[in-house]
Formats: sequence, C-alpha cells, structure tokens
Amino acid sequence: MLLTVENLRVSYGNIKALHGLNFQINEGEIVCIIGANGAGKSTTLKAISRLVPVEDGTKMTYQGNDLLDYPADKVVSKLGISHVPEGRRLFDNLTVIENLKLATFARKDNDQIPNDVQRVFSIFPRLEERQNQKAGTLSGGEQQMLAVGRAYMSGRKVMLLDEPSMGLAPLLMMSMFDALKEINQEGTTILLVEQNARMALQFAQRGYVLENGNLVLEGPSEELLENPEVKKAYLGG
Amino acid sequence: MQLLQNLINALQLGSFYALIALGYSMVYSILMLFNFAHGDIFMVGAYIGFGVATGLIALSKMGALAMPNWLILMLTVIFSMFLTSFVGMFVERVGYRPLRDAPRASAAITGLMIGIILETGNLILLGAEQLSFPSLVQTATYNLGGIYITNQKIMIVALSIGLAFALHQFIRRTKWGMAMRAMAFDYVVVPLMGVPLNKIAAMTFALGSALAAAAGIFYGIAYPVLDPYMGVLFGWKAFVAAILGGRGSVVGATLAGFLLGFIEIFVPMIFPSTIRNFIAYSIVLLILVFRPHGFFGEPYSARLRL
Ligand SMILES: Nc1ncnc2c1ncn2[C@@H]1O[C@H](COP(=O)(O)OP(=O)(O)OP(=O)(O)O)[C@@H](O)[C@H]1O
Ligand SMILES: [Mg+2]
Repeated sequence: MLLTVENLRVSYGNIKALHGLNFQINEGEIVCIIGANGAGKSTTLKAISRLVPVEDGTKMTYQGNDLLDYPADKVVSKLGISHVPEGRRLFDNLTVIENLKLATFARKDNDQIPNDVQRVFSIFPRLEERQNQKAGTLSGGEQQMLAVGRAYMSGRKVMLLDEPSMGLAPLLMMSMFDALKEINQEGTTILLVEQNARMALQFAQRGYVLENGNLVLEGPSEELLENPEVKKAYLGG
Repeated sequence: MQLLQNLINALQLGSFYALIALGYSMVYSILMLFNFAHGDIFMVGAYIGFGVATGLIALSKMGALAMPNWLILMLTVIFSMFLTSFVGMFVERVGYRPLRDAPRASAAITGLMIGIILETGNLILLGAEQLSFPSLVQTATYNLGGIYITNQKIMIVALSIGLAFALHQFIRRTKWGMAMRAMAFDYVVVPLMGVPLNKIAAMTFALGSALAAAAGIFYGIAYPVLDPYMGVLFGWKAFVAAILGGRGSVVGATLAGFLLGFIEIFVPMIFPSTIRNFIAYSIVLLILVFRPHGFFGEPYSARLRL
C-alpha cells in the first residue's frame, strides 16, 4: 500500500465537505475518483496535499509516514507527491521554463533537473517551442501540458490530477491521457479526479465514486463502467 | 544653475523614498498586505546604523582596530542592513504570520500598532532627544561650473540606485526571486511547487528591512539628526511611491520614489514652500486618478483561494 487514507473529514467553516473517506492506492496504479459538481473531489486532493486542514480522527499514511506531519511544501519536496490543481493555476507572469524551474525549488539533485526538463519537452514538444513565452499567453491545451509538466518537475512518486481534461478538445484530451499513461509507466502512481467519468474510468485501473462527501462505490474500472447505477448517474444512461 | 543644483537634491531625497518604497512594494505584492510598520523599520535601521557606526568609531579610536572612515562606513551599512533584516523578520513572525488568513484590515492595524511600539520603544530606550549621526564621510564639494555637488550626495544616490538594481536582478534571476514573483501572482498554489511560503515571506521582510536600513543610514549621513518619529512621514510618502510605482514593481517603486523627490524639491521653486506638500501630493493624486494601478503594476490572479 503506497497511500492509505482513513476517515478523511474536511469542513469549510460550517460546511462539511468530506464525511470520512477510506481508500488506498497501490504503487504504480492509476486510480480515479469520479463524482458530480461539489461532491468533494478537489477537496480530497487538497487534503492529501495538506492545502486544507483535516479534522481530528483523520489518518493518512504514505509509505509508513504520517502525512499529517508534513506541511504542504514538504509533501511535495520530501514525499514526492505532486498536485495539478483544478483550473491549472499556472503562474501567468512567469515564462514556461520559469514555471518548470520554480517547481524544482526545493530539489537537491541539481544535476538531474536539466534531464527532467528535457523529458518534459519530449513528452510535450509544444512546451519546448514556447519555453520563453509567458505562461499566461499559452493556449488552454498548452497550459494543461505545462501544469502537468510542472507537477512532473516538482515530484513524481505520486501525481494528483484534478480534472486534467477540463476544457480540452477530444483529440487533445486523448493525447493528454496518452502522456499521463507514459508518465505512469515510468513509475508515477496517479490519482485522478474527474467529472468526465467515462474518460476517467477508461484511463484508470480502479475507481471510486464520491457523492456528497461520501465514497459510495468502488471497484475495478471495467466493473464500474458496467454498473447500472454508475451508468445512470455518470455515463449518461 | 538653481535647477541643476536642485536636481541632485531631488535625486538624494528620491533615493530615500525609493529604498523604503521597495520594501513596501515587495511585501504588498507577495502577501497582499501593507506593512505600515515599514517607515518605523527605516527609523530603527537608522538607529542601528547609529549604534554600529558609533561602536566602530570607538573601536577604531581605541587603536585596537584602526580603520579608515570609508571602511567604517561600508561596514556600518553592511552590518546595519544585516541586523535590521532580523527586525523585519521578527515583525513578520510575530505581527503578520499569525494573521495571514485574517481579514486584511486586521493585518493593516497590526502594522500601525507595531509602528507605534517601535517608536515608543525607542523613546523609552533612548529618550526623546535627537541623536546626531556621526560624520563618516569627509565632505568634499565639487564645483561643476557653478553647481556645487558634495561627494556625500553622489555616494548616496549611486549606492541607492545600485541597491535597487541588485534587488531587481535578484528578483529576476534567482529562484527565490522567481518564488516571490509566483507568490505575487497566486500565492495559494506556491506550496505545491515545494516552496515554503513562510521562508519566502520572511526573506521578503528581511530584504525590505535591509534596504530601509540603508535608507536610514543615508538619511543619517545627509541630515544628520535622528528622532524616533522620523519614519512616520517618510514612511507614508514611501508608501505613496510604492503604490504609484505599481504592485511589486522594483523599477516602478524606484522611479516613483525619485519622482516624489523631484516633485517635492521642484514645486517650491515655483510655489511658496508652505504649500509644497499640498501641491506635490495633489499631483500624485492626479496621476493615480489616471493610472489607478500605478506605473508598472504586475498582473495577479483574481483567484486567491483554491
Ligand atoms: N474554500 C471553500 N470554502 C467553502 N466551501 C468550499 C470551499 N471549497 C469547496 N467548498 C465546498 O465544499 C464542497 C466540495 O467542493 P469540491 O471543490 O471539493 O468539489 P468538487 O467535487 O471538486 O466539485 P467540482 O467538480 O465542481 O470541481 C462543495 O460544497 C463546495 O461548495
Ligand atoms: Mg473540483
């Protein structure tokens, strides 16, 4: 077990967003969490990244480490858990290459960094062409590539992906998922959250269904794709 | 003649505003916060400079460590910048970090309170008497075709521009500078880059305070009297320069600092000096009406939460 989450509870003030989630991720897996708007998908990823405080009783263990001992920046730099946030959240005022370099802020292996930049450019050649362009001037698709590339640079034992398909045309979406598969095959474990349930389940090996802050279903992707409830609620009948 | 004479005076006054404005501007840009104690950090920096200079002169006089004046000056600037940076980090740690997510108004009054504490603390410690800054620069006056320029003024202006330039390079070229620019744009996601926000915040206060200390020493050299409230009006004016320059812009804050210096020196050439600030700041107000974001405001994300 790479990552174990037990009884994950998060509230925003009086609003309870997550009511006690339990799930695990194995090394090398691609796992997805699907759910409707406001189900708590982004909150789940933010809790793992330590961007939102969790309530008492929550336990999150990563490779034997208590995740709650690590502040957000150390989750990335010490544990290698990177996070592509919802809406990309690039630094528009920095260039492509600066966005990638910033993600290596705490890395000690300076010799390896140029190789990783090259690797990002080989996965996303468009970024190499635009490396000195401000991130804010990239197209939506290029921005998504940079968001993934940036996460790749910051740490890649685990990648948390929040709706990487958002706003991408179907063709671009396919190539984005191909790139993610490639990254996964090099050893990065992926936890993906998506509203686009069909796409997510086709990509992932296992899935969880999140409804109003509770995990209501889980199973291998093929099973979920065939599940009548999932079909009705998330796959359009 | 008078015009050129005043030019160098304006540059000197502008240097003080510029150096102080840089600290305001950096903190505002990365934390969305006005550090209203910054003018008083300038004052504390001047006093620290006074202490360091007095100490070094005493050491040198005792013969234990004979040093020429220029070396004492350089060491005073360096040590005082270093020491004052800790004052800035302390202010950030106790005054602002606990209020990072509090309403902005609370953080703003924190700054005012810290300012009052620094002023009155100084008053308790050293009394209300004005101190005169030891003279470190052997004044030489150059006559350039009827214009008299002192070496002091040249040094102050050159060092100030040099410091602003160094800061600009630091922000543009180093990874810490990159982190500051990223924080200015969208600080909530910066930790996802493995960047410790608190360290960047502390560093920004340290840098701003070090520059304020340099301004304080230069002020001490130029005027040469210090008093506990010297930072109040200067701080406000530097704050005006920071806003006029545009959020987070080193070039903007520096130019705006000089612009204020120019306006304040040249307005009294035409108008009676009693209404100099009235005219000067009416001009600033007019500029802001037409350029509400200042000269070179950096863009930032409207999404300040995840
Ligand atoms: N910063 C916040 N403050 C208050 N409530 C929040 C905040 N962020 C999220 N919420 C609430 O928490 C619940 C879960 O939100 P979350 O963003 O995790 O949903 P989601 O599943 O990612 O939705 P979407 O598919 O629309 O992105 C929602 O009811 C939302 O309104
Ligand atoms: Mg979401």
